Amino acid sequence: MRSTRCSGPPLHRLADAALSRARALGGGYASCRIQRVRSARLEVADGAVRGSEDTTRTGLGVRVFWGGGWGFAAVPELTPRAAAAAVDRAVTLAKACPGGDADLAAEPVYPEATWVSPYRTNPFDLPEADRVAVLAGWSARLLRAPHVRTVVAYLSTVQDNTFYADLAGTTALQQRVRVHPVLFAFGEDPRTGARAALRTLGPPTARGWEYLEGDGWDWDAELASVPEELAAKLRATPVEPGRYDLVMDPSHLWLTIHETVGHATEADRALGHEMSYAGGTFVRPEDVGSLRFGSPLMHVTADRTSAHGLATVGYDDEGVAARSWDLVRDGVLTGLQHDRRTAARTGAGRSTGCAYAESATHVPLPRMPNVSLRPATGGPGTGALIAGVEDGIYLVGSDAWSIDTRRHSFQFTAQRCYRIRHGRLAGQLAGVAYQGDTTGFWGALRGVGGPDTYGVFGADQCGKGQPLQLAATSHGCPATLFGGVRVVNTGTAAP
Amino acid sequence: MVETALAAAGARGTEVVAILDEVSSAHVRWARNAFTTNGIADDRRLTVVALGAGRPPGVATVSGALTGEAVTAIVAAADAARGRGDEPEPPPPVTTDEGDGWARPPAAPAAGGLPTFAARLAASFRSAAAASHSLHGYAEQRTRTTYVASSAGLRRRHEESSALLDHTVRSTDGTASTWTGTTARELSQLDLDAAYDGARRRLGWWRRRVALPTGEYEVLLTPSCVADLMLRLYKAADARATLDGRTVFAADGGGTRAGERLAPAPLTLHSDPRKPGLECAPFTVARGTGAASVYDNGLPLTRTGWIDRGVLSTLVGGRQVAAGGVPAAPEIGNLVLSAEGGGVGTLDELVARTARGLLVTSLWYLREVDPRSLLLTGLTRDGVYLVEDGEVRAATNPFRFNASPLDVLARVREAGRTEPTLPREHDESTPRTAMPPLRVAGFAMSAVSDAV
Repeated sequence: MRSTRCSGPPLHRLADAALSRARALGGGYASCRIQRVRSARLEVADGAVRGSEDTTRTGLGVRVFWGGGWGFAAVPELTPRAAAAAVDRAVTLAKACPGGDADLAAEPVYPEATWVSPYRTNPFDLPEADRVAVLAGWSARLLRAPHVRTVVAYLSTVQDNTFYADLAGTTALQQRVRVHPVLFAFGEDPRTGARAALRTLGPPTARGWEYLEGDGWDWDAELASVPEELAAKLRATPVEPGRYDLVMDPSHLWLTIHETVGHATEADRALGHEMSYAGGTFVRPEDVGSLRFGSPLMHVTADRTSAHGLATVGYDDEGVAARSWDLVRDGVLTGLQHDRRTAARTGAGRSTGCAYAESATHVPLPRMPNVSLRPATGGPGTGALIAGVEDGIYLVGSDAWSIDTRRHSFQFTAQRCYRIRHGRLAGQLAGVAYQGDTTGFWGALRGVGGPDTYGVFGADQCGKGQPLQLAATSHGCPATLFGGVRVVNTGTAAP
Repeated sequence: MVETALAAAGARGTEVVAILDEVSSAHVRWARNAFTTNGIADDRRLTVVALGAGRPPGVATVSGALTGEAVTAIVAAADAARGRGDEPEPPPPVTTDEGDGWARPPAAPAAGGLPTFAARLAASFRSAAAASHSLHGYAEQRTRTTYVASSAGLRRRHEESSALLDHTVRSTDGTASTWTGTTARELSQLDLDAAYDGARRRLGWWRRRVALPTGEYEVLLTPSCVADLMLRLYKAADARATLDGRTVFAADGGGTRAGERLAPAPLTLHSDPRKPGLECAPFTVARGTGAASVYDNGLPLTRTGWIDRGVLSTLVGGRQVAAGGVPAAPEIGNLVLSAEGGGVGTLDELVARTARGLLVTSLWYLREVDPRSLLLTGLTRDGVYLVEDGEVRAATNPFRFNASPLDVLARVREAGRTEPTLPREHDESTPRTAMPPLRVAGFAMSAVSDAV
């Protein structure tokens, strides 16, 4: 296990300065986070570097409950004096905003906890030229196809070091690393002039550079398939609107899970805390244990523990140990996602460890863990699911998404959409978007693939909160079949 | 700090632009007539752009404790981030030097007005609870002082302050909801009472409900809705992506659609860093490798028309792309849509002239479905109202739509008076906007939602 790294004076001394000040002021709760997030973004267009950015954000944030209100303050300086001053500012804010709920769900104390995400090679340890060389090589490979006009490749790498301490005595030092290479191939049919774009499906993952070398994703196979798939997309025929059976590849379904299940089961939404911006949810806290969310084939788990999960940690930003739990079992809602405040407010007993802040300057909020649909033991393969469809569409890769403020009425599109006729794929379709409502859609779940079809995908730019905070989360799922879903053609004048 | 970075670069023989941002923000959130979260955050960010020697630029940013060691390291990081490929001949460096004004200290921290604002808000909670209303929202104050300097002699400073109110008022039973977004320079200028009064009026429209089907409607879009759509259009107007053939502004067969009429109505979309009430940086500040070119750092910005009386005139791009004969100008941090002659009145006056249509008050969850046509999908939010015979008759269900902002412009039948507004999907990078209400014919609603 590697040692964690976080710059500045000894972290305990900084945290002690903040917590001692909070104790002296008589606050009921206080925590301190010292965080350094390094992120790099590389853009390569047709093999040439178009941009390279390397950003390191460091700061200290304190959160207090004082005199009936919550307050938060952050400073850039990592000095004991600045840490203590931040507490004073947070207390000033707590005084100004009284009427808060002081109850926090109880959590054991974890003194001197440490946790490091598993990876072999830290991508920041590689020279820039090596990183560029991989993207340029991949781009050149795609550009060999005559119909590929342009290839734009991006590489995102992040290293997050966090030190958390609170008045109860928990201290947690953690390090997370993640990477996400993605290529966009823009094509033109030389005969028809039709244009289309295709994005690689390799997801963001909490791995190191070894991910680009094939550990966790077969880049070689995907790059080999892109030119042919793009050529087929250029020849795609417009979809006829109607109701279809949809077979979904995990590379597509993960985003539907994220939007319809992940966000719908956030307890702060259920309590109305996000109503003005991110929105609410059709789920009410009292629905746990009774709400029919989907068909009996639907089993959804949440966790902050799965290997290489983007939301995986040892401890959350309220010092809660990571865990896993069920959100939906046999199609019935069985749980929500909590931080310590929502767990106390709803009587959930214990936080599920979902408090997260993007940086030291952000207030922790309940954020989505890894949320995944379980495969069916002995379930069918993707081919078998397709073979059982008389007239349908097979969707691969995520694209545009949009859902209402109740997390109920939605529309999704895909990277590639294949017509299914008589159990066989029959060319790509253009303009496919499916619409529905969350419970109706999951109620139409008719087939769940076996473990062999399972794949893990995810989002590394999920936005929520004000000021807006970005978080990363993974979603695993098998291939699935949904019956009779409404499909519109976005290419027509009035879809 | 900036001079330290320039010295460190000089010692390495590296040409750089250094940008220091002193940022201070204060915010408060509330839900169900109670405070939820709040925060005060100060931050200091130094961005170094390494340039020259025929190589692509590299950008490195560090925030937090900016020690001399950290500054030296970030200069080295920027240098290391440079690519190995050939870089086209860059434009000449900007060398404007503001002289004495350059060294002035940063603006005062943003937190000062928050306690007073919170007290006003607490009073609103009590009023709302008494009226069976539930308040949800967010307010923030930000100040940013930016210093831009370069090895070539550039020295520029910019200071800005902004505040916003994002306010949702619902009936406590959750069956009616309205939204108001306003902007100002200071928190103290945000009028909570006016926002609440407007919300109460619109909540009254929910007393009668009608369910309406999907289909084409004449719609009245509030300035906020128009801002969300025009910001998407502005973002898509990237000259480089257009030349790659990737945007709606790419011409078939290559080149751009500049000179083409996009809207029959004489609407003008422009940016002006000195627009009263919407002031933004009067020179380019490119902290990354996005639409704004790092070679243009410090470049003076002036009023720029993107769409001139309905005709696409200019795309967004730096001097490098413009040098290739592309009609492009650097990005500016505000956006204004206006009708010739100043428009035909307020939103209320547009309502009064409506025989039958839908009043859409805000948009939400806009996502790009097809970049080549700029087709967006999205939803209406917190209030769609049926207008008949010049009056709002009832609230109706939210709708999903699939539409392009260009298609919306092409269908504009009437534009009102331009006013400052907050786009509902605002974020930290959202430019300041002023938009008119629009009457749009044949707006296709694709699906209905049961959200409130």
